[in-house]
Amino acid sequence: MSEPVQAAAPRRSLWQALGVDSRLLGMIGAFVVLCLVFDVITDGRFLTPRNIFNLSIQTVSVAIMATGMVFVIVTRHIDLSVGALLATCSAVMGVMQVWVLPQSMGLGIGHPAIAPLAMASGLLAGTVIGAFNGWLIGYQRIPAFIVTLGGLLIWRNVAWYLSDGQTLGPLDKTFVLFGGIEGTLGDTLSWAVGGLACLGVLWAIWRARADRIRHDFPVKPLWAEALIATLGVGTILGFVAILNSYAVPAARLRREFRLRGETMPEGYSEVFGLPISVLMLIVVAVAMTILARRTRLGRYIFAAGGNPDAAELSGINTRMLTVKVFALMGFLCGLSAIVAQARLQNHTNDIGTLDELRVIAAAVIGGTALSGGVGTIYGAILGAVIMQSLQSGMAMVGVDAPFQNIVVGLVLVLAVWIDIQYRKRTGEKS
Amino acid sequence: MTPLVEMRDISIAFGGVKAVDHVTVDLFPGEVVGLLGHNGAGKSTLIKCLSGAYQMDSGQIFINGDRVEIRNPRDARAHNIETIYQTLALADNLDAASNLFLGRELTTPLGFVDDAAMEAETRRIMGRLNPNFAKFKAPVKALSGGQRQSVAIARAVYFNARILIMDEPTAALGPQETQMVAELIQELKAQGLGIFLIEHDIHNVMKLCDRASVMKNGQLVGTVNVNAVTDEDILGMIILGKMPETGAPKMEGA
Ligand SMILES: Nc1ncnc2c1ncn2[C@@H]1O[C@H](COP(=O)(O)OP(=O)(O)OP(=O)(O)O)[C@@H](O)[C@H]1O
Ligand SMILES: [Mg+2]
Repeated sequence: MSEPVQAAAPRRSLWQALGVDSRLLGMIGAFVVLCLVFDVITDGRFLTPRNIFNLSIQTVSVAIMATGMVFVIVTRHIDLSVGALLATCSAVMGVMQVWVLPQSMGLGIGHPAIAPLAMASGLLAGTVIGAFNGWLIGYQRIPAFIVTLGGLLIWRNVAWYLSDGQTLGPLDKTFVLFGGIEGTLGDTLSWAVGGLACLGVLWAIWRARADRIRHDFPVKPLWAEALIATLGVGTILGFVAILNSYAVPAARLRREFRLRGETMPEGYSEVFGLPISVLMLIVVAVAMTILARRTRLGRYIFAAGGNPDAAELSGINTRMLTVKVFALMGFLCGLSAIVAQARLQNHTNDIGTLDELRVIAAAVIGGTALSGGVGTIYGAILGAVIMQSLQSGMAMVGVDAPFQNIVVGLVLVLAVWIDIQYRKRTGEKS
Repeated sequence: MTPLVEMRDISIAFGGVKAVDHVTVDLFPGEVVGLLGHNGAGKSTLIKCLSGAYQMDSGQIFINGDRVEIRNPRDARAHNIETIYQTLALADNLDAASNLFLGRELTTPLGFVDDAAMEAETRRIMGRLNPNFAKFKAPVKALSGGQRQSVAIARAVYFNARILIMDEPTAALGPQETQMVAELIQELKAQGLGIFLIEHDIHNVMKLCDRASVMKNGQLVGTVNVNAVTDEDILGMIILGKMPETGAPKMEGA
């Protein structure tokens, strides 16, 4: 392979000219096929605005953690404790907003400070526990597998003690907005967010191109950039349009009006639009992608994953790096705990159970190599979306629960096998 | 004149193996000192004490006459010591520019890594070191052994080192590239750098080095002025572990 030149050389395929990762294309292709198959089997019930909305809010919690798991696996570690850590963060936030803040501290139910304080405490707990895991792994050299396997047992049961084994609720009104259906942006705001996102995409593409031109580097042909921009903008606006066509049921609207002491005008309607939790996932995805690609920390994470000795010899403090990676993972567990708890509208004892497996599977299906050094944030999110779609689709079709799990397990193994074949063909060693 | 580097009485053992056993070497500005010896003699281990990769068990390091502690690679870099490792120490999954600037990334005013600027600098220096090099976008695992070695050399010479450690820098290079590295060494020497060169090819040693320190089984056999000895004398030191009878060996003094 020689240096790419200005225009696509004749033998190169359309995809190469576009500069799009073919693994990403494969995943998108698999996802589209999956959706179409379920849509046909369910007589068009799978690809409705309602189901797409539900799929989105069900995916958020696992997807947020999967972005952190990418960094963990890229640095050749693993985290088996994310589900348990989520439960501990959730228990901390539950105890704070149901017992400590309104009662012990006397703020009273519904005080505006309750939600932020509860969230801050959960995020802090997650970050500190994650950093502690990272310290055990990085500085004490205990394998991550063992530290987090122990953590799985420890934190699940710490959560149990914190909440006395009780279900904690009802949650603070503001807090619940972060769960999905209770907190959506509605029509106008959703379009505004979508528009901003489109501008962001266009700006990023333009910036990258301008940078390369400024340094006289070869650039992709203009039509390729335009096509990618169009696809990006189209996807964003399409997604917003779908969520904006999911109308709030009339009964629910009437109840809301009644609670405010008003009556609903005839013919009044509202749509859900973009859920706040999905917006959170998007923000996390963008932030994590920038972290991975445009910061020193991200560069060091990938370098340490590719060759830990080389990273150390280049003056990178790989032990501290491990602490940072696990602290970040813990923070994201806290964030996921907010979403998961708010969506369930309670803290329950089994919150996040088996999430470690879903999160690892999402990262791995998304192309993160367990041998380290390779992985993408968008891949992990797509992996989470594919897993959730598979599960929801099968439930919709009426597949037995045990069989659903068998299929998910098979898909995980199959995905890794395909990935290995793919790497062999592209000559990548892993 | 004070030496640029003096490594005095260095010892390091792994388990029971004395990899380096009371070795003293020094290096003056504008000088190339060859470190020679059979496989496993302890050459790489010795220089890793200077580059911060290993912690010596005993001994002292002086730079410009000042006692220094080199606890990790960051300390070594702070003393302007750059190293080309025998294993190259490249992150295989990253491209040439990311490896060249690893740990010292160029950043934009906002603190983000500036990949375009780093690629431009990499293209510039590779144009001098290895003009045939063209794979700037590929991860270095997709490069040939010689191309990878060029990246490692570029990294060591880019950052204005004063002390350069080269552990078999031309092992994987073709004749043309080897010639370019030889010219580079002479150029850097003329600029006043001190270079420790680990090299097995006796002709390169005779051509490039001012002095040669020979090690055997972790111990220093001795240091000689290359002008004052023959190829055979040096080979004899390496193989037999004895100082040559003739010639004017430059003995070590404290
Ligand atoms: N990290 C280590 N752990 C254990 N033993 C080591 C380690 N590094 C080096 N050794 C041992 O120290 C001795 C010297 O090794 P070193 O790599 O310094 O040799 P060398 O002179 O560079 O040889 P070569 O010419 O083959 O590169 C060898 O016996 C080697 O097995
Ligand atoms: Mg060696």
